[in-house]
Amino acid sequence: MSTLSRPTSPDRWFAPLLVFDVIAGLAMVGVMWAGLVYAGDAVNLAGEEQAAQRIFYFHIGSNIAALLGFLGSVVGSIGYLVSRRLVWDRWAAASVEIGTIFGILVLLSGAIWAKPAWNTYWTWDPRLTTATITVLIYIAYMLFRNGFDDAETRARFAAVYAMFAFLSVPLTYYSARLFRSIHPIVFDGGNEEAQGGFAIGPTMGQTLAIAMIGFALLFLALLFHRVRQFDFEARIDAIRERFDE
Amino acid sequence: MAEISEVEGVTHREGGIAAYLRRVWVVAEKDVRAEMRSKEVVGTMAAFSVLAAVVFGLAFDLRVPRSELVVPGILWVIVLFAGVLGLNRSFGSEVDRGTLAGLLLAPVERSAIYLGKAAANLLYFLIVEALLVPALLILFDVNLLKPIVLLGLLLGTIGYVGVGTLFAALTSRNRARETLLPVLLLPVLVPLFISGVGLTSVILDGRATAEAWPWLVIIGLFDALVFAIAFLLVDVIWEKG
Repeated sequence: MSTLSRPTSPDRWFAPLLVFDVIAGLAMVGVMWAGLVYAGDAVNLAGEEQAAQRIFYFHIGSNIAALLGFLGSVVGSIGYLVSRRLVWDRWAAASVEIGTIFGILVLLSGAIWAKPAWNTYWTWDPRLTTATITVLIYIAYMLFRNGFDDAETRARFAAVYAMFAFLSVPLTYYSARLFRSIHPIVFDGGNEEAQGGFAIGPTMGQTLAIAMIGFALLFLALLFHRVRQFDFEARIDAIRERFDE
Repeated sequence: MAEISEVEGVTHREGGIAAYLRRVWVVAEKDVRAEMRSKEVVGTMAAFSVLAAVVFGLAFDLRVPRSELVVPGILWVIVLFAGVLGLNRSFGSEVDRGTLAGLLLAPVERSAIYLGKAAANLLYFLIVEALLVPALLILFDVNLLKPIVLLGLLLGTIGYVGVGTLFAALTSRNRARETLLPVLLLPVLVPLFISGVGLTSVILDGRATAEAWPWLVIIGLFDALVFAIAFLLVDVIWEKG
């Protein structure tokens, strides 16, 4: 019987997780209120740009969550390669999945904001390039994991891939920056990073902090749920294996 | 008994760097010989490269005022895509013929197998590029035969082969291996791709050679990091044979 409960019995986390969900939900309500109502207008913007500027809080918030996903995948992968315990792999996989969702939200919210602010949805700015490539790497990571039947092979290979991704992302940023800085064809002729910027007042700074905390909590809540799901899955697999024997 | 273990000791992990390089060479030679007999990889890669150059020519002819504007991108895109074709076979053919287990049982380090395979792939890539560059000269009238462009191409190919061979080993155990390799490879190779295109553009635009150095540094850094990580992790891949 002891082998059955080897992947630590996940249901004991049910109640604490429920409490955490409520906290994260309330935090997100706070983010909505702060971002849409509490935060003051940007003094130097008008019209469409003034309204679009508020997406900034969701953009930065999602960005924090995506960043946490990225860090989680690296920590989980290193943790697995060092300790060889599958629980680390489950944290890495869950981090990537949740991080990808927020990464896509970052890209979408950025594109929606950029149209009024930059007059284009998209530009090959180094940050945009790096964010997009990171999301694509994560999608590749998830597809890759799909194709393995053996949990340990999957964990090992996924961790190796995550290490290469981790190495490649900063280099992508630097090469994209260098590409832009010496590349002669820049639309508008100016530095887009400076365009559409706005001064941050005190209420906006507070809202930003609330958004970052709120999204971090939301990320963690989703992450815990996904890991718990993976734990159940591993348990079911273990039980099934026992019956097959 | 003693004699056997002694013999084993001689072939297994003995000697210095020269002996190690000889083991790498044996693996590479085996791959090249198999390729010379089966002619699976290089011919396909070369045909694809020239075909892709023609297709790009048809796509951009009449639409692009000066072909120098697009040739750096064309060169690197073709190298990227042709490479995937070859890399798939690197371990794919071993798996198909059931020879991978034999290879892994050989008394050499796993890293020597990886390096040998990478060396064989590097040779295939260089042969294909030696055809591709003149093909681009003929089709687009753009001369890529410039020392720094070729140096960038060589260094870029080394990095590509370094990642590609390892990823080919990773995907060889996956259910969707042929289709998955490009999806895994391309995003990770983006720094290499951007730098290669940047470097080639600098030279083709006739700008100062000094502008090309940062690109070469990024490519060199990529290569160094790739091989460092590959050496650390290559044993992880075949842990259980």
